[in-house]
Amino acid sequence: MDHFPTNWGRPRNDAFDAYGTYPIQQRPNNIKDNFNGVQRTQQPIVTGTSVLAIKYKDGIMMAADNLASYGSLARFKDVQRLHAVGNHTVLGASGDMSDFQYIQSLLDDLIIEEFTEQDEHTLGPAEIHEYLSQLMYGRRSKLNPLWNSLLVGGYKDGKRFLAYVDLLGTTYSASTIATGYGSYIAQPLLRKAVEGREDTLTEREAQAILEESLLVLFYRDARSLDKYQIAKVTESGVSISESMALRTSWSFAEGIRGYGAQTQ
Amino acid sequence: MPQTRSFDPYTENGGTILAIAGQDFSVIAGDTRQSEGYSIQTRYAPKVFRLTDRAVLAVNGFAADGNMFVKKVKQRLEWYRHAHAKDMPLRAIARLIQTMLYAKRFFPYYVYNILGGIEEDGTGAVYSFDPVGSYEREACRAAGAAQSLVQPFLDNQIYFKNQVPAPGTTHPAYLSLPDVLSIVIDSFTSATERHIEVGDGLEIYIVFAKTRDLQDFETIRAKNVHLIQELTVAEDGERIFVLRRDLKKD
Amino acid sequence: MFRNTYDSDNTVFSPQGRLHQVEYALEAVKQGSAAVGLRSKTHAILLALKRSTGELASYQQKMYRIDDHVGIAIAGLTSDARVLSNFMRQQAMAERMIYNRPIPANRLVSSIADKAQVNTQEYGRRPYGVGFLVIGLDKTGPHLYEFSPSGNSYEYFATSIGARSQSAKTYLEKHYEGFADCSLEELITHGLHALRETLQQDKELSIKNTSIGILGPAGAHETGVPAQGSFRILEDEKIDVYLQSMVPKELEAPPITAPPPTAGDVDIQMTDN
Repeated sequence: MDHFPTNWGRPRNDAFDAYGTYPIQQRPNNIKDNFNGVQRTQQPIVTGTSVLAIKYKDGIMMAADNLASYGSLARFKDVQRLHAVGNHTVLGASGDMSDFQYIQSLLDDLIIEEFTEQDEHTLGPAEIHEYLSQLMYGRRSKLNPLWNSLLVGGYKDGKRFLAYVDLLGTTYSASTIATGYGSYIAQPLLRKAVEGREDTLTEREAQAILEESLLVLFYRDARSLDKYQIAKVTESGVSISESMALRTSWSFAEGIRGYGAQTQ
Repeated sequence: MPQTRSFDPYTENGGTILAIAGQDFSVIAGDTRQSEGYSIQTRYAPKVFRLTDRAVLAVNGFAADGNMFVKKVKQRLEWYRHAHAKDMPLRAIARLIQTMLYAKRFFPYYVYNILGGIEEDGTGAVYSFDPVGSYEREACRAAGAAQSLVQPFLDNQIYFKNQVPAPGTTHPAYLSLPDVLSIVIDSFTSATERHIEVGDGLEIYIVFAKTRDLQDFETIRAKNVHLIQELTVAEDGERIFVLRRDLKKD
Repeated sequence: MFRNTYDSDNTVFSPQGRLHQVEYALEAVKQGSAAVGLRSKTHAILLALKRSTGELASYQQKMYRIDDHVGIAIAGLTSDARVLSNFMRQQAMAERMIYNRPIPANRLVSSIADKAQVNTQEYGRRPYGVGFLVIGLDKTGPHLYEFSPSGNSYEYFATSIGARSQSAKTYLEKHYEGFADCSLEELITHGLHALRETLQQDKELSIKNTSIGILGPAGAHETGVPAQGSFRILEDEKIDVYLQSMVPKELEAPPITAPPPTAGDVDIQMTDN
């Protein structure tokens, strides 16, 4: 029996227990919420949309636009969603941007610690991906997820690496991966263009494939932007491009009901 | 007021696994497709794992839980090796898995486990588990997306349910390796036909008892050299192989 | 009873700037039977002399597997070794859990050296009474390290710890330049020759009292070794073939006459760096 009257709760709560059916010791106590002073992420707030990535002849290539949305509001239009992790790895994120920036800071610390060891062992994409998988799975198991779908791409010791991990800790690897809306719209295009040609696709071809997919996404995904960056990881390391603009064309819309001037 | 959480910590990643025990061998198989909803995430994500030279574990359900569970089981087995300088026996692994699953009874690993391998007495064995650790030893078991398609087929083909032996004969007590492999392959090609979450690739692990004559297997192996890989580590013990095949990708 | 003042507490320096308790710990290592480690371009190996307390007792284990790519040989207090080797195994497993990679051996050695150092500085503690030889295999090749209770760790081409290890070192110093290109069998023979130097007058190496730990590809006499050359400990009948390969001592070129190690006044000091 709790002897502190302040914890007994109000004796009557018309909305909850209009007829006082609860005996006193079972009445709801006065705790305001179930969080015990701790807040957990229940939903993403400022979000990035799809990330696309493919394997090609010299390594892997990844693309994401520069938009961070606040619901349907295009809130930040110059956000970078591709992040270099050491010299062999690039990380691309969709989902909650503040969680992503937190992950970036974790990884930056990790890379500094690894660097200070000053031995010949460095973290490659496979190790970064495993670390992130453990991080994401650990957080989902505390019911406090980092609300992202992440792509990890890289090239180390002559091997390409491309894999996915999301807020549930689900992982997989494939020669083309797209997150979010892109998994429905871009992934089929990427598979058609890449599967079976991973070892012959040139850098130009790879970039053209990604740009074509970004373009289709921009036409169809209301949370996307025509400004994007492309990252590549090859033998010679990571490079992330400056922001570029998609070359859109709307003339085809003329003939589509709902876009152009309607004749009836 | 009751609080509702919008975050669901689980998902379901499709696929199917099965295992069949022979007299002195065990076959454990799984497809390699991983999916979520109607999307195929990858065509190659293994669900069957070699634990020791005589134990193979197949996991199906929520892939993230499955991978973590296998990783933890493997680390427990490594500690056993450190302590005892030998591999854990199959029946002990089965009990270990039950305690590890039940330890998370109130936030379960959302996975169905099937453990196959060779017992200390040299018999082929299959153990099947539910997500919270209930388990039993069986002759065969299918689990996962196409369980409802495959298990009745196995009941008929392995347990001879609804079959009447020809007059004056009885059903065989044990099936031969070629028969078992045919049943496994037919199970998966059929499940691939009728279930959208099954397909892409098939991995069949085969574990042989120490004493077994591998003549029948070597004929199969000779015809499929490029498909079969040996995974045995120690000499003069049980032997373990994996056979990889394609399944339809549509 | 006390040989020194300033030795009842490991955190207090003597006026000569020495930590006597730490030096006694180094003595504990020398009480243990010898272990030898050496490496070539392809292999790192450990050899150790096992003791038994009598005809009725078994031989004390001298080697432990830490992970597929790391093994250790110990000299000193076995119980302390078990604490440290357990810690090393935990570190190795954690590295596999978090990064899915074999832990770099140099970092593993540093981590136990750091643990040992704490015991030389904090009040109310005692140093570990055990020294390790650690062999590790990674993409930069095979490695050999020594760990000692003072918190130091060094990398070596070849070295030895434990009772009369100076004699083994003398042998190794004479021959180490040839080790790099040795086959596994030649390397083991060298190791056995070095280990033999640590024996008491009337003793010899036998399949009962010798352990061999190997990292690297399978040798000519080995079967069933995984392709990556995982750590394995050879004992009993399996080492007979290597013992047979030893050149009888009389036939060997006369060993460089090293001053016989005298028990009392061997120069023990903590290095400054």
